[in-house]
Amino acid sequence: MTQAKPLKNKKTTTDSAETILELKNVCKSFGDNDVLKGLNLSVKKGENLVILGRSGSGKSIAIKCLVGLIHVDEGEIKIFGTDITELRNDDLNDIRVRIGFLFQNGALYDSMTVRQNLEFTLKHHSPNVSSAEVDEAILEALESVGLEEAIDKMPSELSGGMRKRIGLARTIIIKPEIILYDEPTTGLDAITSREISELILYVQKKYKTTSIIITHDMACAKITANRIMILKDGVICAEGSYAELEKSEDEWVRSFFI
Amino acid sequence: MNSSAKIIKVSIVKTYLKNIFEDIGKATLFATRFFKEVVKTSFEFKEFLWQCYAIGYKSLPIVSITAFIMGLVLTIQSRPTMAKFGAESWLPSMVGLSLIREIVPVITALICAGKIASGIGAELGSMKVTEQIDAMEVSAINPYKYLVVTRIMATTIMIPILVIYADFIGVFGGYIGYNIHENMGFYRYFSNVLEHLEFLDILPAIVKTFFFGFAIGLVGCYKGFNAENGTESVGKAANTAVVTASLSIFILDMIAVQITDLFY
Repeated sequence: MTQAKPLKNKKTTTDSAETILELKNVCKSFGDNDVLKGLNLSVKKGENLVILGRSGSGKSIAIKCLVGLIHVDEGEIKIFGTDITELRNDDLNDIRVRIGFLFQNGALYDSMTVRQNLEFTLKHHSPNVSSAEVDEAILEALESVGLEEAIDKMPSELSGGMRKRIGLARTIIIKPEIILYDEPTTGLDAITSREISELILYVQKKYKTTSIIITHDMACAKITANRIMILKDGVICAEGSYAELEKSEDEWVRSFFI
Repeated sequence: MNSSAKIIKVSIVKTYLKNIFEDIGKATLFATRFFKEVVKTSFEFKEFLWQCYAIGYKSLPIVSITAFIMGLVLTIQSRPTMAKFGAESWLPSMVGLSLIREIVPVITALICAGKIASGIGAELGSMKVTEQIDAMEVSAINPYKYLVVTRIMATTIMIPILVIYADFIGVFGGYIGYNIHENMGFYRYFSNVLEHLEFLDILPAIVKTFFFGFAIGLVGCYKGFNAENGTESVGKAANTAVVTASLSIFILDMIAVQITDLFY
């Protein structure tokens, strides 16, 4: 199997870059359960932000709010300078075409082959693109994730790690500016997890994307993060680089690094 | 019965009724969205054709078998009674009329409710649970237009076609059943059936099947699209889709019969 070329943990620096994604005081409740209680965060262009948190801390809800899959009760979500909470669905789609989303289990379309999965997404975004260009884009995306040989396979024939790679290929084929990763290494063995984490860095470098990675896998966070935010009870309770948070005096924060 | 038990019973009934009306309200909004989306441009024609094939062509064997058996059994069962009144010669037209006006449309729609509504419910339910519908939405692809509109359009068009086809097969089944005891050529049998059929027998029977098809597609898509998270909900979506679609067919048939009755 051809593997993607890892970047040996070289992360892009983003100090002077512009903010392209910002959450201000975002609240979301389900009945009596307040999941997000005034979440604030901002992401700079080219940055890899990891959001850590225990299961049920609201990480996945937060990331789904970013693409309008879940509507927030209160607060502002600015992406590329536009508050998406006020947008109608058609206008929101103009933002969505610039964002990629990798689901926890890949969310590949079961009834389609790998080629059709990629083609379906690409053709809906660029209906006038020629067959040759579609083929070229599919091969390039599959090559980026190191799975050219899986092109004619059905999703049911793929392993968990392969499904995530193909999911990532389907995401990058539309050349998004931001990629959101929902627990990209969950359910994978340590080696495959490392491969996926390195692939995230490789994709960021190759396609110059900004990434938000939701995880509770510390190895993944260590490899991918420029900056880490820790979510607790619906709010950010700590922020910093991996090295900074590892030395935190807060016992709860340090408990992630043990 | 003490007062607290009474209060509990009342609150259970209230919740049950509230859920039913909420469900009807949501389904109405879901159907309204269909009419909004269907008039928009960029119809997913390829997916629509695929659904027509999956819903129509793939249902042919089961529809053929049931229609044939319906015609055959109805003829065999009716013959002794008709013979008792010396009206055996009326058997082809009686069977033909019963099949075309009522039995074939309703039974074919029920068969399709079992096969198609459950299939759509399970397919969309599974896509919902495995986040495939969310994946479409975040890719700026309208999942309602791609998955729901195409399926409802396909069922609305294919069910009437299947019913017309089943009418012929049912009449043929009746011909075979009649010839177990009698000896009549197919041309004469078929002429006998057509002789007593009027325009008002055929038209309402066909028109109501468009509504049956719409109901089957709508219920299947609604149940699947609104499946909750968890694999159990996929089975629940398929099951409730069949039950609700079958019930809808009977209710629609009752309304159709009342309306048709006004013209006689």
